[in-house]
Amino acid sequence: MTLNSKIPDGPLEKKWSTHKFNMKLVNPANRRKYKIIVVGTGLAGSSVAATLGELGYNVHAFSYHESPRRAHSIAAQGGINAPKNYSNDGDSVYRLFYDTIKGGDYRAREANVYRLAEVSGSIIDQCVAQGVPFARDYAGYLDNRSFGGAQVARTFYARGQTGQQLLLGAYSALNRQLDNGNVKFYERREMLDLVVVDGKARGIVARNLVTGKIESYSADAVVLATGGYGNVFFLSTNAKASNATAAWRAHKKGALFGNPCFTQIHPTCIPVTGDHQSKLTLMSESLRNDGRVWVPKKKGDDRKPKDIPENERDYYLERLYPSFGNLVPRDVASRRAKEMCDNGYGVGASKMAVYLDFADAIKRLGKDAVFQKYGNLLDMYKQITGEDPYQVPMRIYPAVHYTMGGLWVDYNLMSTVPGLFVLGEANFSDHGANRLGASALMQGLADGYFIAPYTISDYLASNKFAPVKEDAAPFKDAENAVTASINTLLSIDGTTTVDEFHREFGKVMWDYVGMGRTKAGLQKALKLIPEIRERFWKQVKITGNAHDINTELEKAQRVADFMELGELMAIDALHREESCGGHFREEYQTEEGEAKRNDRKFAYVAAWEYTGKSGKPKLNKEELKFEEVHPSQRSYK
Amino acid sequence: MKLTLKVWRQKDANDEGRFVEYTAKDISPDMSFLEMLDIVNIDLVKKGETPIVFDHDCREGICGSCGMMINGRAHGPGRGIATCQLHMRSFSDGDEIMIEPWRAAAFPVLKDLMVDRTAFDRIMRSGGYTSAKTGGIPDGNAILVPKPVADEAFDAAACIGCGACVAACPNSSAMLFVAAKVSQLAVLPQGQAERETRVTRMVAQMDEEKFGSCSNTYACEAECPKGISVTHIARLNREFIAAQF
Repeated sequence: MTLNSKIPDGPLEKKWSTHKFNMKLVNPANRRKYKIIVVGTGLAGSSVAATLGELGYNVHAFSYHESPRRAHSIAAQGGINAPKNYSNDGDSVYRLFYDTIKGGDYRAREANVYRLAEVSGSIIDQCVAQGVPFARDYAGYLDNRSFGGAQVARTFYARGQTGQQLLLGAYSALNRQLDNGNVKFYERREMLDLVVVDGKARGIVARNLVTGKIESYSADAVVLATGGYGNVFFLSTNAKASNATAAWRAHKKGALFGNPCFTQIHPTCIPVTGDHQSKLTLMSESLRNDGRVWVPKKKGDDRKPKDIPENERDYYLERLYPSFGNLVPRDVASRRAKEMCDNGYGVGASKMAVYLDFADAIKRLGKDAVFQKYGNLLDMYKQITGEDPYQVPMRIYPAVHYTMGGLWVDYNLMSTVPGLFVLGEANFSDHGANRLGASALMQGLADGYFIAPYTISDYLASNKFAPVKEDAAPFKDAENAVTASINTLLSIDGTTTVDEFHREFGKVMWDYVGMGRTKAGLQKALKLIPEIRERFWKQVKITGNAHDINTELEKAQRVADFMELGELMAIDALHREESCGGHFREEYQTEEGEAKRNDRKFAYVAAWEYTGKSGKPKLNKEELKFEEVHPSQRSYK
Repeated sequence: MKLTLKVWRQKDANDEGRFVEYTAKDISPDMSFLEMLDIVNIDLVKKGETPIVFDHDCREGICGSCGMMINGRAHGPGRGIATCQLHMRSFSDGDEIMIEPWRAAAFPVLKDLMVDRTAFDRIMRSGGYTSAKTGGIPDGNAILVPKPVADEAFDAAACIGCGACVAACPNSSAMLFVAAKVSQLAVLPQGQAERETRVTRMVAQMDEEKFGSCSNTYACEAECPKGISVTHIARLNREFIAAQF
């Protein structure tokens, strides 16, 4: 397959405006004749559904939740970037572009990233107009803080609940369209297949999670905004229901999967306490603004943190990276924490943690100021661990948080299936091999409010759509396939629960396709994954039936897809014989233990093609051209 | 720890429902309440029974999905937490725990502990927004919001829509939920244009959904995982009355 990224010609800063002018438009009176399906109603899904509804299209939005407000975007804590330069510290669109390309370790498309930086300022304006209560100063101006991988303060925030406030903003915009009838919302529906007719995405098959009914919906275009696949690892900061099923099934219908091995391990999460652990909780990166990361200088030091004097502590990030200090990018902070623990400097009962200490900040700013900035996060920590972070340093350890990989899309955010658009974390496009903090909210809303509404209009105006009925053969075939798969799962009646399989599989992924990857480890994973998958299809036990609410059945389908996607992640990680951003192959590192890229061989997007159940995934390459920024060894020293 | 659970099981909305007793064994104080239920569910599935169904997702107290009455209290013992943030260290070995769904006419039970809270969405849909279209918006700093006002709006906007306020209220009133949104947009300059129609429509929808009236018991504030204050209800009442003239 030839991949055409459709990046417009012309200078970088003119590409998007030129492209906007060149795209075709749909006459306002004709828009209601076009039906668009949006799957997923988090930041990207809610914002695109609301905006398309405002434009006058006939929009149908689907979520497996009861309400758009439950989507996992809600849990984002720290903030959203925009180069407003309100802080007067030298920020600009170009600097945000540059930081994001560099932060992504030169594995993202320049044109996409520039556009992201360019539209991000409008997101803040939009959210303010919706009534999002961003942090303000006493005169009423918007406040900013700094985040990892940047030396300017460009992050807008609403205490530690920025994702919640932005999602509630997008949800309110969506509510306005639901109120006036431009959008229809289908709650508790899980997309289980993409329907392709004459080579174009023309609808979906979904399961009604309350009645169990398999339902077909036709449309002229389909938008996936279904989030990432961090739950492949079982333990991650993702919500329990976050899954890859919609994206994976679209992949099997022809959408290529880009850079599946690019996963982000977030450095500051609450450590695992035992085998019962069902998920991990993130502690916002913003805490690294004032918290200081340290371990004891002596290996295996069992003293309480308060008994370890200042000169026996190693503030290793400040020591290794004097210019960025505790605010190095996530991949770097995570690897250093793992290294400290692997080398015997870990703290806490499990020794798999490092300290994040607020003592200095409390001394400098006072407890009240620390509470104002981080109160809800510190409370959350106390609730989970039973320890008071105002008294003792927090213990943190890296955890799977975000997936930069996703369905391959061109500059128009359209996948390799015409008419299938992919937005937000579900696509691969803007973060390269490592996402900087406060950039996920920015990308989800940029895609939804300001990019996809234009490009989808262009697609609709440029194509003709023969009517497709929901009882036509392609829909019936997809329904039958989905029903057959559900019946197979229910008929196995084995001995092992879905969660047990997921936990076992996730451990293999974490051990061999996690933070540190090696050729031998990945080969081992590629041997273990098919074995577990085979056992799953023989031994999984699911009780209940297909005709009402069956949470075990829901989980089983998602885990079955994770087990296929996990294999592709390992294949991708094995083929990429370099280290870049979150993809760290231990064989390829600099003397200081930093990721060592191989731009000559791997400056491309690996877009994998599904070739059937027994076939091997086929690699397609999109070469990355760097015309503005010269790729160099990232340095945060 | 070993615990005795009395869990409400109800097949669907038409089923009468009943309490069923289960034993939770080998429970660690570090587990969350939902992790304890995960363990009970694994046992149930292995025995060939259907697991206890409950809504949950983020498990960090922000998505608002989870919610159950635990020993008669919305989200169980402790203040300022959702069910997922409740940890087993709040219980002792040998305890008996009653677990029920939210009980309210406006929240019909879908199955076991899972209820239908779409009434909340219908209220939000009837005015819980500002009519800002995408694009063509002035700069964020063109609308000044002094910190105390922004903070007040945030305190109201922190609502996670879990429904604990309704479940805790003897009248199943949704006043705190509605008040939170009305109040957020009433104090901000952005919400002024539709201030009167918003409150009128949202209150009408609240009544239509069969939520009860407020009789100032303040149970909602006491059980709200985000500590949203009943002063917002006072503002809702004021806004509502002002809108009638």
